[in-house]
Amino acid sequence: MPELANANARAVVDRLRTWNPEAISQIVEHRGDTTIVVPHKLLRAAAKQCKEDPQLNFNLLSDATCVDRFPAEPRFELNYQLLSIPRSVRIGLRTYVAGQQPVADSLEPVWPGANWLEREIFDMFGIRFEGHSDLRRILLPDGFEGAPLRRDYPTEGPR
Amino acid sequence: MTTVETAIGQNKTMVLNMGPQHPSTHGVLRVLLELDGENVVTADPDIGYLHTGIEKSCEHKTYSQAITLTDRMDYLNPLGNNLVYCLAVEKLLGLEVPKRAQYIRVMMVELQRISSHLVWLGTHALDMGAMSLMLYCFREREEILKIFERFAGQRMMTSYIRIGGLALEPPAGWRERVKSFVDMMPPRVEEYEELLTNNRIWQGRLKGVGYLPPETLIAMSTTGPGLRAAGVAFDNRKAFPYSSYEEFDFNVPTRTESDCYARYLVRVQEIRESLKIVRQAMDKITDQGPFKAEAPGIIPPEREKMKTEMEALIYHFKIFTEGFSPPPGEVYVAVESPRGELGCFIASDGSPKPLRVHFRSPSFVNLQALPLMIKGQLIADTVAAIGTIDIVLGDVDR
Repeated sequence: MPELANANARAVVDRLRTWNPEAISQIVEHRGDTTIVVPHKLLRAAAKQCKEDPQLNFNLLSDATCVDRFPAEPRFELNYQLLSIPRSVRIGLRTYVAGQQPVADSLEPVWPGANWLEREIFDMFGIRFEGHSDLRRILLPDGFEGAPLRRDYPTEGPR
Repeated sequence: MTTVETAIGQNKTMVLNMGPQHPSTHGVLRVLLELDGENVVTADPDIGYLHTGIEKSCEHKTYSQAITLTDRMDYLNPLGNNLVYCLAVEKLLGLEVPKRAQYIRVMMVELQRISSHLVWLGTHALDMGAMSLMLYCFREREEILKIFERFAGQRMMTSYIRIGGLALEPPAGWRERVKSFVDMMPPRVEEYEELLTNNRIWQGRLKGVGYLPPETLIAMSTTGPGLRAAGVAFDNRKAFPYSSYEEFDFNVPTRTESDCYARYLVRVQEIRESLKIVRQAMDKITDQGPFKAEAPGIIPPEREKMKTEMEALIYHFKIFTEGFSPPPGEVYVAVESPRGELGCFIASDGSPKPLRVHFRSPSFVNLQALPLMIKGQLIADTVAAIGTIDIVLGDVDR
């Protein structure tokens, strides 16, 4: 039902715009998926709004991941997949992070489930999350150097 | 990785290093337990021992080549991994899969769900001290693996679901084989339940253990049987149907106790529901019809056509040397794996290799609720809690 999905996405966009007209810098639609791009500074506030507004009610954070657009700038793209179980709606939230000393606001205060997902991004891309309670490497050993999922990291490992 | 020194907390507590070679951690999970007597004060799961960099490898393979890697993530659910990856690539391409292939996919992933739950049930019962059940569950699972071998030539790493459809036409005599399995199964499930459900030791080990309220589970992003055992009837097959699940009639079992026992009951009931789906799928699958989409340039041509048609030969060459290039963009697809929401995020930059592939694996996300689940409980309950979260370490670490 692609029309319905779009109608849901439209409602989300309208709702966020009434909350803060600056919250949405761009809307990306691709193959029926809607992603809302929010400014870097408003990420946590927008996420909080998505969760706490009873008409949005995105109670579960499905996924968080990063895309490295090297050598483009801003280099990193954080993608969050939000899910509302009571309303059966999904939406993507995205923000861009600059390549030099990348840092973003953690969404762990909003959804505690963001904890390990953000640790994984920190581990693999070297992005720091402000306000994260336990930012350590998760999959790689502590002594590991580098961020292996960055595009400029060779697949065979450093030589 | 956390060193033991950093984990030592207040006085009078000791740190116990559980794993990575502990039999009840089902693989190589290490849990640092801070104990006060026999009670868990804090728990810190340490993962990554099986990390193989599958996401990075995917970026250096063409879209079709990466399918074999997905098999190796959650090794109890390889067909489900194939499915989510192929659905994501098909979504990127805007490719429509023939109905017959969709039904076969449904049948295969439901058989896979049964086999995964059987392994879970057998090994969990073994952890709890009920040894005989493991033998029964593996006996039945063997039948499923034999069916997979017939279909794909492989028992476990099948790579049977491909972009645009399936790898092969179903083998001759598959219907009888699958039918004899689904007819055999219901009394066997009764048998398992007879052994366990009212067993006093089983109940004593599981009831009231590992409780978490539904709000906490949702906040921790837990999905799958763990969430359904807390009364939240969320199932991707119902909420966001894929591969024609909307045409199937099945229930989503739920319980409200949210303890290990409730998770056990939910999984056993899910085996029965999956059998129902397999039966319906068998009726829907026609004997004749396409098993892959018609999309030259993306799906390899028939062997016969390559001998007679020039274009087919060119497409074949191009697919296997260069690959195909989906238009730029990102998609996220989620399916219901036996463990919860299995998601696949793919970003394409318009080249024949993905810019980024990310798997949202249910084991990884569900495991982060473990420290909350066992806080204040006994060490023995830790084993029960790890068991009922149903992690597969290949899926956690990828």
